[in-house]
Amino acid sequence: MFLFRFCEWLAATPGSIALHESRYVYLIVLTVHVMTLCLFVGTAVMVDLRLLGLTLQSVRVSEVVTRLLPWTSAGFVLTIISGTLLFYAAPLLRYENIFFRAKMAALVLAGVNVWAFHNTVYRRVAEWDLDPIPPRAARVTGGFALVLWALIITLGRLIPYQVYWFN
Amino acid sequence: MLDFFHWLQYSRLLITMRSSSWIFPVIASIHLMGLALLGGAVLVVDLRLLGLGLRRQPVAQIARDAERWLFVSLAVLLPTGLLQFMCFAATKYYYLTAFWLKMAALSLALVFTFAIRRKVVMADETLMSPVRNKLVAVVSLSLWSTVAVAGRLIGLP
Repeated sequence: MFLFRFCEWLAATPGSIALHESRYVYLIVLTVHVMTLCLFVGTAVMVDLRLLGLTLQSVRVSEVVTRLLPWTSAGFVLTIISGTLLFYAAPLLRYENIFFRAKMAALVLAGVNVWAFHNTVYRRVAEWDLDPIPPRAARVTGGFALVLWALIITLGRLIPYQVYWFN
Repeated sequence: MLDFFHWLQYSRLLITMRSSSWIFPVIASIHLMGLALLGGAVLVVDLRLLGLGLRRQPVAQIARDAERWLFVSLAVLLPTGLLQFMCFAATKYYYLTAFWLKMAALSLALVFTFAIRRKVVMADETLMSPVRNKLVAVVSLSLWSTVAVAGRLIGLP
C-alpha cells in the first residue's frame, strides 16, 4: 500500500507528467534504454559465456572479468537511469504491471547471483584462472546469469502487452 | 515491391501467426535477446581494436572466438526479424522510413563486418595499424548502432 501511495504521489509530480506527455523525450529515453541494454547485457553475456567455457577459452577468467566489467557497469548504470526515467513517466501503470513486477524480481535475483559469484567461487579464481572450462560453481552462476538476462529482457519487452492480454 | 509485401503479409502462415496475441511479442523478445548477444560479440572485438577492452590477446584470437557468437546472434536475429517484418510487411513496414533505413544500415553493417572488418582483424598482428583498427571499430559500432536505433524506431507509434 505504501508503494502504491508513493507511485500515486510520483505520478502527480510535474516531471512525471511532462515525461509522460512529451513527444520525443520519452522515445529517446526508450531508445537509450535498448542501446545501453546491449552494452550492459552484451558484455555480461560474454563474461558468462567465458564462465561456461564457451568463448575466449585461452584468456584468463580474471582478465575477461576485470577488462569487461567496467563496460558492463557503465551499461548497467545507464540502463538503470533510463529505466528509472521510464518508470517515472508512468509510475502507476508500471506498479500494476505484472511483467514489470516480475522483471524487478528477476533483477533482484540477477543481483544476488552476481554477488554470490564474486563472494564465493571468484574469490578462488587464481586456482582456476586458466582453465578452459571453469569449475562447476562458476559454470552454474554463468548459466544462471544467462537465463536471468533472457528472462529480464523478455519480461521487459512484454510490459506493454498487459493491456492486450489481461485488461 | 508492395505486391510482394502484400503476398507475404497475407500468406496462410502469417494469418495464423497474427491471430495469436502472444506469438509476436514472444518473437520480439527473442529478437531483443539476439540483439544483446550481437552487442556483446561485436563489442568485445571493437573494444579490443580501440584498446579499451581485452588488451593482451591477439586481435585475431578474440575475433575468432567472438565470431562464433556473432553467427549465433545473427541466426537468432535474422529469422525472428523476418517473421516480425512479415507480420505487417504491406500495411506498416513498407511505409516506414525507419524500416528502410534499418535495412540499408543492416546491409552495410553485414558487408562491412564480413568483407572489411574480418580481413582487418584476422590479419597478421605485425601488419596492423592502430589508426586503421580504431577506424574500423568506430565504423562497425556506428553501423550496428544505426541498425539498433532504426529498429527501435520501427516499433514506435
